[in-house]
Order: sequence, then structure tokens, then C-alpha cells
Amino acid sequence: MLQEESDLSLVIAQIVQKLQGSSLYSQLERQAWASLQRPEIKLESLKEDIKEFFKITGWEKKLQNAVYNELNMFPLPAHPAAPPEHLKEPLVYMRKAQGSWEKRILKSLNSMCTELSIPLARKRPAVEQKELLNKWNEMGTDEPDLSLFRPVYAPKDFLEVLINLRNPNYENGDSLSFRTHLGLIQVPLKVKGIPELKEFFVELSLTTGQLGIDDSTQVPPELFENEHVRIGQKVLAEQDSAAAQQYVRQGSPTALRAELWTLILNISSQPEDILYYEQLKTNVIQHDLLVDSLIYKDVKLTASNDDYYFVFEDYLYQVLLCFSRDTSVLGHFAYNSASPPKSYIRGKLGLEEYAVFYPPNGVIPFHGFSMYVAPLCFLYHEPSKLYQIFREMYVRFFFRLHSISSHPSGIVSLCLLFETLLQTYLPQLFYHLREIGAQPLRISFKWMVRAFSGYLATDQLLLLWDRILGYNSLEILAVLAAAVFAFRAVNLMEVTSLAAAEAVLADLSTLKVMPLLQIFLFATVT
Amino acid sequence: MSRVSVPCHVKGTVALQVGDVRTSQGRPGVLVIDVTFPSVAPFELQEIMFKNYYTAFLSIRVRQHTSAHTPAEWVTCLRDYCLMPDPHSEEGAQEYVSLTKSQMLCDMASVTELRLILRQPSPLWLSFTVEELQIYQQGPKSPSMTFPKWLSHPVPFEQPAPLLEGLPDPSKISSEVQQMWALTEIVRASHTSTRIGRFDVDGCYDLNLLSYT
Repeated sequence: MLQEESDLSLVIAQIVQKLQGSSLYSQLERQAWASLQRPEIKLESLKEDIKEFFKITGWEKKLQNAVYNELNMFPLPAHPAAPPEHLKEPLVYMRKAQGSWEKRILKSLNSMCTELSIPLARKRPAVEQKELLNKWNEMGTDEPDLSLFRPVYAPKDFLEVLINLRNPNYENGDSLSFRTHLGLIQVPLKVKGIPELKEFFVELSLTTGQLGIDDSTQVPPELFENEHVRIGQKVLAEQDSAAAQQYVRQGSPTALRAELWTLILNISSQPEDILYYEQLKTNVIQHDLLVDSLIYKDVKLTASNDDYYFVFEDYLYQVLLCFSRDTSVLGHFAYNSASPPKSYIRGKLGLEEYAVFYPPNGVIPFHGFSMYVAPLCFLYHEPSKLYQIFREMYVRFFFRLHSISSHPSGIVSLCLLFETLLQTYLPQLFYHLREIGAQPLRISFKWMVRAFSGYLATDQLLLLWDRILGYNSLEILAVLAAAVFAFRAVNLMEVTSLAAAEAVLADLSTLKVMPLLQIFLFATVT
Repeated sequence: MSRVSVPCHVKGTVALQVGDVRTSQGRPGVLVIDVTFPSVAPFELQEIMFKNYYTAFLSIRVRQHTSAHTPAEWVTCLRDYCLMPDPHSEEGAQEYVSLTKSQMLCDMASVTELRLILRQPSPLWLSFTVEELQIYQQGPKSPSMTFPKWLSHPVPFEQPAPLLEGLPDPSKISSEVQQMWALTEIVRASHTSTRIGRFDVDGCYDLNLLSYT
């Protein structure tokens, strides 16, 4: 059909334009030039010979991976009449809600700035720069006075905003009717039901082997684990991004996980990338930002207090401080409903040539932000690689967990999915919790916003994040949250207050993620 | 292919409802929008574009110009086109939609009037409509520009002005300038969207407070 052809050519044009700016393009060009020396490249059939050369040497695979990466990450080209805001978020009332939430955050940051009389950004004097460079690998030993700083917002503040989200065109009557949502989220987004989830997560079914279940000590490894590891090694040898993504849906062996995630996220550690990280490090040393103190405070409050992650405190500073200086992150605001905060150089208010984004990457960290990085420290030990992986995970997934949008993986949809699953499949539990004033979302929200980091044991968390990468969606977080409630349903039916319900669900560190998910999706009798 | 927007007059929406609009409890589920083209002759419709606002299904009827004395009849050209896969949820509720003539059931050769029938069966929404409606017809096949007289009828014989002493040949200069211009055009065309990575302005990052706009 003509429509599909023109859509396809639009997609191709968009991908080509994006890839032309990447280092892969210049590498391919260099390889093509170098290949002209080879005897098998003939002038008459130059195009085909070079294409054949790329296929044999693995460059075509790299290009394939890059194209697959683009298709996964970026939304399809929008309708030509649609303005750029429409690509960020199609629903007008959600854009407005995100705008007013951002305004609140900016006001909070500005008031912190004026109250404490600390500038938003400050150029470090040479002595301080030298000192920081010496201490770069042990910033955790620094004990600055952070008592006056407070986090800009915490997940529970964000939850209140989501609870008050309303569609002005929706019948929000006061009296209870079939149209009222019994949970906290009151917007009618489309969420999947269990039949659709079963189809979507078909690789998690009871008849398919999983790491996290079929690799336990009671199961002989010949049944599943050995074969799975062998396939994983083959996938890595082929360097195929799409195959790796399909493979980790059944879990990734611990030894292969770091490389598989690198392949799926299409990270290549070229010298340019290491240089880029060093440049960010220089930026950190030159300028001191108010946001740095917020990062320090967050790490001290969350990761440093965690039994699993306190050893990685120094890595967290090295990654997060550089992350704030990285302007390439600004690119993701094209498809993120949020917008980066703007400011002007002092004395040049209103002049567009002196407009800058603050922080340079446009992302203001909130309480618990450092927990997105902490689990990755188990996999990657080299700071520049760790940094690249975290940045890619953020611009693909984590940004959706703290911005208001109608995307199926956005936090609003995840909350609604969680509440709908609980209401449909555990109606007694839902009703009981609601009656005692313990709306289930109030307990599970913090798990989902942090992608369960800091709540599950690390090996279980990494198995969960395997599936996030494999399915390219965060919906599994909502399903796991509902599965946890289903698991502790008997205890929860006996509680009589929100505090008691929180106590029942306080400790998730002993839970095994994959059996819970499998039982909830495929073995619950409804 | 080029297309030209056709100025249209969109009449107000008319709700179709059984019973008295004022006294009945429910909201109308069917709206009709008439589109006329007062200043344009019957044209061939190329594309209809609009922004949806919570309409679930769209039907379009068209009245075409007939040469004979028979009165023009309404013909359905699009039947129950689904804009929202689930009328109770937000999917597709505020999307931009394009309908081309290849999707229409009948020939759209000489359109005089259009009637859009909007349906929204779900009682959850307070109102529904389509916005920013634009109709396009086929643009002219080739640009019909008229050349200035001196270009289409050049002077047959012209002596070049005598070269001044010591100055380079003007035709050589003009060919070099043309090559430079071609190079700049190539550079401009291959513009990449990668950023440079600087977040400060000339080394300075001393900021005011954050702006709210």
C-alpha cells in the first residue's frame, strides 16, 4: 500500500539521518576506504564487493545492531502536522500536568538556592580543582556538611501529583458509579489484562526454561542451564543485538550478563567514548553545581546505607556527577514528556544566546535516584563503561519512571496496570486494603519508581532487569508488584491499618522474582 | 506529490439525539459536521487531515457535482473508520490523522460538500469532536511560472565588455565561485544533528535562578 511504503521510507530516512552523526558512520567510511587496498575489491563491482566485505568482517552486523537500537528507542516518525510536543506526549492535559510539576520542582530548587545563598553553579578555583582531581577515586571519604540540603522531591510527593491527575474531558463524578476507578489513579489509560500479558510475556510461561527457576540446585543443569549458557555464548560470538535481546528474556547467566547487556544496549567502548568520559570528568572538576550536593546527599542517604551497595559509593559519585554534565542526554527530551530546566547567564536574562540548561543534562535528581546506578556496579567495574551503560539505561527506561506521560511503560500506566491487576484478580484483598485506608499503590509505588532497586536481593534484581531489557518494557515492574501482593495476600488480609500493611511488605529481600511472576501470570486460578 | 489546501467552511456540529436534548440525561453519541466549499469549484479531494479529540468512529459522506440535471446524492465514502481502538480509554484520543483518497470507498473526483459523522459510544467522555480540519486537493502538476521576457527571449548577439588591464578573467572567477558555493551547499546538506557537548557559554556557567517559562 502506498501509505505503508511512504511510512517506511520516512522511518528509513530518519534512521539514516540519526546514524550519520554517529561514530559508526565514520568508522564504516574508514573501513570502506581501507578495503580498497584488498585484492577482492574490484572497481567494476565496487558497491557489491564492499557490501560483501562488510558482511564478512562483521561490520554489517554492527550496522544491523545500530539500526535495531534506533528502532527500539525512538518512536516512529509522527504525523507531519503533529508539533514536537505531540511526540513528547500526545495528551494535552498530561503535558500541562508535567509542566506544572516541573514548575514546582524549579521553585523548590530556586528557593533552596536563595535560602542557603549557594549559587546554582560555580567555577572552582585552581586549588580546589587540584584537590578534587587527587581525591577523584575516593570521593566517599569526603564528609561535606549536607545537613542544610534536602532532596528536591521524594517519590511520595510525585505520587500525590499522580493521584490528582485528571482528564478534563472525563466524567469525574462525585458519586461512585461504574466509571469511578477504585484505586488511586483516575485516568483511563489503556493497560493490558492478564490474557494480553500472557501473550506478551510468553517466554516466561511454565513450559519455558527460566534462569531464576530452572537453575536452582535441585534441578540438574543438563535439563536447561547448560544448553542456555551455550546458546548465550553463541549469541555473544555472533554479536547480534536483536538475538541477545530475545535471549535474555529467559534470564542471563551471571558470567555473560555484562557482555549481553552491553550488546543489547549497543554500547561499544571506543577510545572516543573513554575520551568523552574523561571530558565529563574535567567538566566536573572545573565547575561545582548545586545539583552535586543533592547527589552527594542522595548517595549518603540511600546507597551508602544499603548492605549490598555501600561498597560502590565512590563509583556512584563518579558516574552521577559526570552524568549531570552530559549534554548528550538532552537528546532524550525529544521523546520524554519532561523538559530540561532553563536559565540564563547572570546579567543576560532573556537573551537567547546566553540561555543554558541547568543542570547540563537537564535531569534533576530526586531522592533515590542513585539507586538506578547501584545495581550496575556489580556488573561493570570500569568507570567509563559503567557510565555508558547507566546513561543508556536511563534514556531508554528509567526516565519514564519519574515523568508524567501516557506511554505504556510510563509510571502512570504502570500504576494503573498494578491497580487493575490487583482489583481484577485479588478483589477481596483490594477491597479489604481499601477499607482499612491502605490503598495498595501507596505501598508499591516506591518499588516501581526505583525499579525495585534496593528492595530485592541483587541477584533477583538483575534477573528482573534482564527481562526489562529483553521485553523493552517496564510493565514487568507492575506485574511483579501485583505478584508480591498476591504472595503475601494471606497476611495482608489480617492487617487493620496502613502501617501494619507496610510492615508485612517491608522486607522483600528474600523473595524469588521469577517464580512469583510465573505463578501470577500463568498459574493463578481466577 | 504536491497538495494545496482548500479553504472550507466548517459548520457547527449538530448532535443527533433521540428525544429532547435539554431534558434527556445522557449525552449525544453522534455528531455531524458539515463542510462546505463556498468559494471553490468542485475539486478532486486528495487528503483530509485533522486532530482527533476523543472521537471513536468516523464516517464521511460526500456530495459530488453531477453534470446532468439529477440532484446530487450523498454517498458514503468512509464507513466507521476506527480512531480509538478502545472507546473507553485514551488510546488514539488526541492523535493527528490523515485520510487519503485511496482509503475512500468511492471516487472523489468532483467534491462539493462533505459531511463528517462522528460517533463516540462511550459515556465516559464529556465531549468529542475533531479539530484543525484541513482538506487538500491535488496540487498543480508542474509549476506554471512565467519567465521574465529577457530570459525566454535572449538578445541574439552581445559583445562581451573589454577586459580591464590587470584583472583576472571574470569567467574563471565565476566558475571558481560556483564551485565554492557547491561545496558549501554540500556541507549544509550533510548537516548532522550531533551536539558539540558544551554546556557553558564561552567558559562561563554563572547562572541566574532557573526560569519558569
